[in-house]
Amino acid sequence: MSLAQMEAVAPEEAGGSLGRDAWRRLRRNPVAIAGAVLVVLFVAVALLAPWLAPYPPDKPVGQVTPTSIPGPSAEHWFGLDDLGRDEFTRVLWGARWSLVIGVVSLLLGMTGGLLLGLLAGAFGGWVDGVVMRLVDMMLSVPGLLFAIGVAAMLGSGLDAVMIAIAVVNMPIFARLLRGQMLAQRGSDYVLAATAVGVRRRRIVLGHILPNSLTSVIVQGTLTLATAIVDAAGLAFLGLSSNDPSIPEWGRMLADTQRYLSSAPLLAVFPGLAIIVAALGFTLLGESLREALDPKYRR
Amino acid sequence: MVFRQRGRADVRAVDGVSFSVSPGETVGLVGESGCGKSVTSLAIMGLLPKRGVRVEGSVAFDGTELLALPPDKLRALRGRELAVVFQDPMTSLNPVVPIGTQVTEVLTRHRGLSNGEARREAADLLRRVGIPDPSRRLREYPHQLSGGMRQRALIATALACRPRLLIADEPTTALDVTIQAQILELLRTLVAESGTALILITHDLGVVAGMCDTVHVMYSGRIVERAPRHDLFRDPRHPYTGGLLASVPRLDQPRGARLEPIKGSPRDTIPWATGCAFAPRCPNRIEACTPEAPELVGERHALRCVNPLRSAPEAKVVPR
Amino acid sequence: MSFPSDSPADPVASGEPLLSVRGLKVHFPVHRGVLLRRVAGHVRAVDGVDLDVARGMTYGLVGESGCGKSTLGKAVLRLVEPTSGTVLFNGADIGGQSPEDMRRLRRHMQMVFQDPLASLNPRQSVESALTEPLRAHGFTGDRSRRVRELLDLVGMPSGAAGRYPHEFSGGQRQRIGIARAIALNPELIIADEPVSALDVSIQAQIVNLLEDLQKELGLTYVVVAHDLAVVRHVSDVIGVMYLGALVEESSSDALYAQPLHPYTIALMSAIPIPDPEVEERRRRILLTGDLPSPMNIPPGCRFHTRCPFRQPTRCADEPPGLREARPGRKVACHWAEEIAAGSIRAAASAHDPTATEVGTPSP
Repeated sequence: MSLAQMEAVAPEEAGGSLGRDAWRRLRRNPVAIAGAVLVVLFVAVALLAPWLAPYPPDKPVGQVTPTSIPGPSAEHWFGLDDLGRDEFTRVLWGARWSLVIGVVSLLLGMTGGLLLGLLAGAFGGWVDGVVMRLVDMMLSVPGLLFAIGVAAMLGSGLDAVMIAIAVVNMPIFARLLRGQMLAQRGSDYVLAATAVGVRRRRIVLGHILPNSLTSVIVQGTLTLATAIVDAAGLAFLGLSSNDPSIPEWGRMLADTQRYLSSAPLLAVFPGLAIIVAALGFTLLGESLREALDPKYRR
Repeated sequence: MVFRQRGRADVRAVDGVSFSVSPGETVGLVGESGCGKSVTSLAIMGLLPKRGVRVEGSVAFDGTELLALPPDKLRALRGRELAVVFQDPMTSLNPVVPIGTQVTEVLTRHRGLSNGEARREAADLLRRVGIPDPSRRLREYPHQLSGGMRQRALIATALACRPRLLIADEPTTALDVTIQAQILELLRTLVAESGTALILITHDLGVVAGMCDTVHVMYSGRIVERAPRHDLFRDPRHPYTGGLLASVPRLDQPRGARLEPIKGSPRDTIPWATGCAFAPRCPNRIEACTPEAPELVGERHALRCVNPLRSAPEAKVVPR
Repeated sequence: MSFPSDSPADPVASGEPLLSVRGLKVHFPVHRGVLLRRVAGHVRAVDGVDLDVARGMTYGLVGESGCGKSTLGKAVLRLVEPTSGTVLFNGADIGGQSPEDMRRLRRHMQMVFQDPLASLNPRQSVESALTEPLRAHGFTGDRSRRVRELLDLVGMPSGAAGRYPHEFSGGQRQRIGIARAIALNPELIIADEPVSALDVSIQAQIVNLLEDLQKELGLTYVVVAHDLAVVRHVSDVIGVMYLGALVEESSSDALYAQPLHPYTIALMSAIPIPDPEVEERRRRILLTGDLPSPMNIPPGCRFHTRCPFRQPTRCADEPPGLREARPGRKVACHWAEEIAAGSIRAAASAHDPTATEVGTPSP
């Protein structure tokens, strides 16, 4: 017998719907607060970059030579990059590109994955078999390798990166939703809905799907973090846009490789930015999982 | 032996529960979910987590104060002289170790038997708890046994060291009645033959009626009525006890009579600090029930109630 | 009630049973193997059951876990697909209905579940849970008035409508589950262990509620439960199940006065009675061994491996059918008459030393 099973003596706190309950738990969790702060910071920077940035992101604003790249100073907080552009400005603008790539690839991947999962979960039988074998095949290839392959096939460019990341994430969402739906389909309340004569479509859309979506939301938040890291990785490998004027964190990392000994900070700032953004979504996702998990309910 | 203990988490799960059990005696703790009966058993065994829980009072086992005992001494005592059987045998048995090993381990460690002796003794124990083909069962894993078998195997491990005190916490609740009858019979034999003291924790008044010498009825963490079983069932005085008895249909009485449920639910309690916790559900409620909680008074038949049910006239206490 | 008039099969002659089950079997295939899945055997959860439930009465199905009583209840509503056999509801064959016809038919036959929390969608308010069946069947009246009416019928305040399942106690949740089941004014309700998940003091409330609703709404119940005392209290007729089959069927009172099947005898003697004096007087018949696997049901009488009255002939090789041993009483035992007359007595078991107290139960 675990403590959780032990007789609860306190009358339960009057709460509202599950959502309100989760929200209350989320607010009390310091990890969730930390994650939310980082996420809000990242999104705010991404949206407000043009107004926050002190310089234009794509024009040289100072003199640099390959042997002397000025470090941080009062005018240029993060210093200048190898082409004389303001590094701070480019990190801010980079947030914007990261957010766009992350969100677009997540939405694409999630939509595709959820459709596949819904198909498999709602119909079962051979549809399920075919979809899930496809998913298994996709999952058997390591994620980043798969993304590189897809991006290379599509030719480099931002679109290619976003599609590649979406394709990699699709099977994850498909499998997740299908598993959740299968679990919900066997539950008593679904049987109860069948017993009162609720139509099949309404059972799937009104009962099974909403109860399966919480873990999708959690997974989505976590996937945003990996999408940002993956996007940086692809850009680092030169599979992103060829346009050097686009400040993209992964690409900035790649471009500074040559100056690693003379100006190591040029790699540190975009690297830190990637970590902060990914960490924010990871922390938020994990605490969402805790808040929404019925096992943690009190 | 005297148990006097008080547990307190954020809420007082158990408050001022006192009782004693002698060798060869069976004491029953009865109550519904949330009444604190399981917390009491965990507190006696020292199995409550250290953090966030405070246990006050005294648990004396043959003169030894268990609450003051260092953890390793308590653990040694737990394997040898104190044993406990929980409701769910699956959580109490190690799923990756064969049944036989789990029983023999107790025998070799606590009774110092050799491996061969322990195996013979283990097979004998399984036979005693009514497991057919014990030597084959010894090699099997918990998941290969049915629920009834697992519970019997668990009781066998509890009996392996011939405990002087056995706590059975809803030992048959998860089992079918025919299996329950077998297990209860086994416990009866154990108490009668080896003089083990048994604390039986259950919500089932029928089980209590057939098993216990003294019965403690618990409500919201306190004992509300305590009596020898014949007195309790013939002459229930606390409105909660009376309510429980009136609300279960009885197989041996003509049907058709309407059941008389207790109103409300166990959630509808008030803190003892503000009066009798049962008052909100009590049919006998009077002004005096709040704001002061009644004390448990009486020797042979103790009661925590200011307005008890009237004693049935023919039920004058008959000395046995 | 304001429903589109799609009322199926008008009550035939009122003497006809509302529910009639013939030769019902539910077998679940058991698969083995990972790559090449093949059927390794069948769990014979329900293995040939005949029963009739008359309008307005309560039929109690008792038996221990694994006897197939819940599966039988669900198969009657076609919530699990029967393997063979027929279920006639109001004269209409449930098995022959198209999915849409079956869905419409569900208006007349409802279910109350064992675990009221699990059977309510945690994201659905009470109001939504109660209006859902109304919407599904095109109820044209005032839905929120109907919700208040239903809550009132099951003894809940109308303020409960806007709240969620986790905010209620077990007993209140079961009331909500019952309100959902009666929302469509059904004729038949299958109640699967309706009180076993509840606290003792709450069980009686729900039992009384079910009885009141039966009187008020003219419901017919099939109550599936393992607690023989509760089943006897609510039922007019009781069917005792063992390993997928009915072994005895009788009126509730007659069954208690004298159980005829050895399994029923053992079951009744095992039920604890909250009275020390009765407990001391009565004799117990302890069964030995464990329930055989429903994948591997013993040949002959399915109870013979555990039967304390087992005889050297017939029991192991000749399956006893359910036969009318006395007027209105059916039993599946070759020796029921001899056992009832006391000429065959229970034997103590060889391998269970605890099975010493043996005899016939004293009433």
